[in-house]
Amino acid sequence: MKHEVVADVSSLPNHGMGTASLTWWGTMAFILIEGTGFALAVATYLYLQSVASAWPLGAPPPDLVAGSLVTLVLLASVLPNIFLSRWAEHQNLRLVRLGLLLMSVLGVVPLIIRVFEFGALNIKWDTNAYGSVIWVLLGLHTSHLLTDLADTLVLTALMFTRHADNKRRYGDVQDNAMYWNFVVLAWLPIYGCIYWIPRL
Amino acid sequence: MFVSVSAVALTFGFLLFFINALVSARRGAISDANPWQAATLEWATSSPPPAYNFVRIPVVKARDALWEQSEALPVVAGLRTDRRELLVSSVVEARPEARESSPRNSIWPLLTAIATTVMLIWSIFTPWGVVWGAIPVAICLVGWFWPAGTPEDDS
Repeated sequence: MKHEVVADVSSLPNHGMGTASLTWWGTMAFILIEGTGFALAVATYLYLQSVASAWPLGAPPPDLVAGSLVTLVLLASVLPNIFLSRWAEHQNLRLVRLGLLLMSVLGVVPLIIRVFEFGALNIKWDTNAYGSVIWVLLGLHTSHLLTDLADTLVLTALMFTRHADNKRRYGDVQDNAMYWNFVVLAWLPIYGCIYWIPRL
Repeated sequence: MFVSVSAVALTFGFLLFFINALVSARRGAISDANPWQAATLEWATSSPPPAYNFVRIPVVKARDALWEQSEALPVVAGLRTDRRELLVSSVVEARPEARESSPRNSIWPLLTAIATTVMLIWSIFTPWGVVWGAIPVAICLVGWFWPAGTPEDDS
């Protein structure tokens, strides 16, 4: 079949941002998958609570200090995170590097406090169903903190190389910031489940 | 009885297909690319189709793409040939927004798959398999993600 050229796309950019970027869609789809995982874990928690004779089951409620401290640090980290995303949008390499270093620190700090959270649960994971489900909730969220920190560290290293000043990398920084916002947001219902539902 | 008759009918159906394929391969006229004047895009390429299907990406203007157009196939020009390139279009109106590159051949996805398999099988025997097995997975993912400096990295 003969071809007739009806459009010339040579003036289009070599890479799109936002919804024109495939990694943006990939990150959104990943958030959807992981969000479903969190929702299922919370549903499991609520189901076990609805059939248990007492809640918390055979243990005092978890101590509040470590978990609340993590919540505060995570919420505080959202602000520099939003700024980092904006700097990436403006392709300001100096500020993006600064923001990534800051977000690396803000990824490590909650993880250090998180270690004490496991001790503050007041129950072991193999004691009963209540113990299992709060360890699952806390472990699931910790795995997200860990993976996002690894992402951020690799991205920070990358932004100090010759590959940095590239629209793709700025898009990666924006996607990583978007994912961190999701990890923070997902923590709030889990924090409520672990620390406050046993106190109702 | 009914099941046996059905099985014979099914066998005959398959047999008919293979006989048809064999006879058609041996004699009869060679058909052109779109013998039935079908409406959909797969009939717009030559027969047998080349590995890349189309030299240029076709533009679809109607639901019955091949019925609504004149003799020539409307196509897009301007994609680069020195890197693997595709069009990204807007979600609702399908307007071209960017020329996105698709990845080059890479060994990293295979290595990542092997490392993930090792980690998961290891984790069946001890939870520490997750901890230690995650290290090679992370190395492979970083290797996969790290820019190769090819034209595909252009932005």
